[in-house]
Amino acid sequence: MKQFSIAGKTIALLFSAALLVACSGSDTKEDQAAADAAAAAAAAAQQSASQAASAAEMARLEEAVAAVGNVFYFGFDSSTLTPEALSAVNAHIALLQRNNENIRLEGHTDERGTREYNMALGERRANAVRDYMVANGIASFRIETISYGEERPVAYGSGEANWAQNRRVELKPQ
Amino acid sequence: MKRLFVVLTAVMLAAIATSATAQISIVIEEGNRDATPIAIVPFARQGDGMPPDDLAEIVDSDLARSGQFQPMARTDMLSRPSTEAEVFFRDWSATNARYLLIGRQSMNGPQLRVDYELFDVTSQKKVFSGYEAGAVSDARMLAHRLADEVYEHITGTPGAFATKLLYISATRVPGANEYSRLTMSDSDGARPVVLLETREPLLAPTWSPDAKEIAYVSFETGRPAIYRQELATGRRQQLTNFKGLNGAPSWSPDGRTMAMTLSKDGNPDIYLMDLATKQLTQITNHYAIDTEPTWMPDGQSVLFTSDRGGKPQIYSYDLRSGKTDRVTYEGSYNARARVSQDGRSVVMVHQQDGRFHIAVLDLETKRLHILTSTELDESPSIAPNGTMVLYATKYAERGILAAVAVEGDAKFRLPAREGDVREPAWSPYISR
Repeated sequence: MKQFSIAGKTIALLFSAALLVACSGSDTKEDQAAADAAAAAAAAAQQSASQAASAAEMARLEEAVAAVGNVFYFGFDSSTLTPEALSAVNAHIALLQRNNENIRLEGHTDERGTREYNMALGERRANAVRDYMVANGIASFRIETISYGEERPVAYGSGEANWAQNRRVELKPQ
Repeated sequence: MKRLFVVLTAVMLAAIATSATAQISIVIEEGNRDATPIAIVPFARQGDGMPPDDLAEIVDSDLARSGQFQPMARTDMLSRPSTEAEVFFRDWSATNARYLLIGRQSMNGPQLRVDYELFDVTSQKKVFSGYEAGAVSDARMLAHRLADEVYEHITGTPGAFATKLLYISATRVPGANEYSRLTMSDSDGARPVVLLETREPLLAPTWSPDAKEIAYVSFETGRPAIYRQELATGRRQQLTNFKGLNGAPSWSPDGRTMAMTLSKDGNPDIYLMDLATKQLTQITNHYAIDTEPTWMPDGQSVLFTSDRGGKPQIYSYDLRSGKTDRVTYEGSYNARARVSQDGRSVVMVHQQDGRFHIAVLDLETKRLHILTSTELDESPSIAPNGTMVLYATKYAERGILAAVAVEGDAKFRLPAREGDVREPAWSPYISR
């Protein structure tokens, strides 16, 4: 909720600055310009103050995201977020709620099964992450999804150790 | 319509060349035990210049690859006739050869002609005589057509040697996107031509029913889109550019409609696109995955894969009644159906004990028969004469193509010299 109270204060300040200009009763351009400058200065001061206040918080969130990484893993033929994937996605959601960056979610599968079915399964995985993010307040227009199916493996070999690395959604900046 | 055609880009033109990396060659693993012994005598060479290829050798390999013939080694031949007058049946009845093929190839400038005769050694009679003629540059195709004739006269089934293959070949690049190439070759893997090369995924190559065009999915714009491309001119057209999946194109038997998978409305469903008007008709509407459409040869129904029952199975949608029926019941994973030209059998990817095999389902008896014994088999494609199934599998950690007879024991592999090969699509018959 902290970001809302900061935003609220900023809006209140801007509003009072605008009110000040409106009530100044002067029609001269010089007065108008002076009032505008005062309002802009006040807004800038407020903004930099809130930036400073949240810089530490942002650093903490970015650190949390770096710790969990940008890849979320899935079980075979599954698009259900595992507990590990959920906690990783949660860290990204916390950061996305504070920044205004757009992201791209790339869904992938292992090599087992047919290619076009896997293309659909990769999309289902990317959508599962997107839907969870949207349910947690991230605007859907900020999220682009794409499926690569089994076409872009991280690990080329066969066997569960390789397959597990390939069943994933990668989060990338858009 | 014309402006919608995008002329080949420079990158693609540069890529239209024989690429050594795309070359696949045949390794025969197994033939039928009751394969018919046949003697194919090297053809006599007449006229100016030397023909570029040993055409008899190409016929020999074609027939051997089918698994239904066992060509005699040339070193075992007691004589090498090239005309009917030179044939002495005692030379051949002394061996176990049941048939004898002789021929003469002659060059006239850029034109090549092969005259040939096929004999039944047992009855000591001529079965058939004929000729094939065409450009020297198409010598290999002439030999394949000749092999088709021999095959049909002996087995009663048309041959499918004078056909083409499409496949995707890829070169891995450590730490970066691989190179994907859409490649077309003769049915024996010879004469590969790269039609498209990108660093983005390429998949689902497929043929138009007249074998003059192809369609495929390319991610070259960063997102999947379906393209159609004329083989003779290289001209191509982007058919779709929807949000989400744009995949699994399949041409209707009359060539007018393209079935495809789109997820523009939220989840993957099957759509039919009228190729003249670009009008879309949605034929499945289910929250499950519906994908991999393929047409029955009569054009009246479309088979597709759906996991609406929990696991992927094959379903059939009847265009007249709008009714959907489940087709496969055996096993927990049946996907990506392809139907034989006679409409009697369906090949598919079938999972058993965690392994993925190619299986064939007889639509009448409902019997499912597993054709392959490797474990990551996918993308089955049936020869136009219905005798062989080409598919993709893994061998020594690399993607390769392999083929297996629908009936009988014949098997062969088509490994690439390097890189991975996958998603083969066997062409329909090619008209002359």
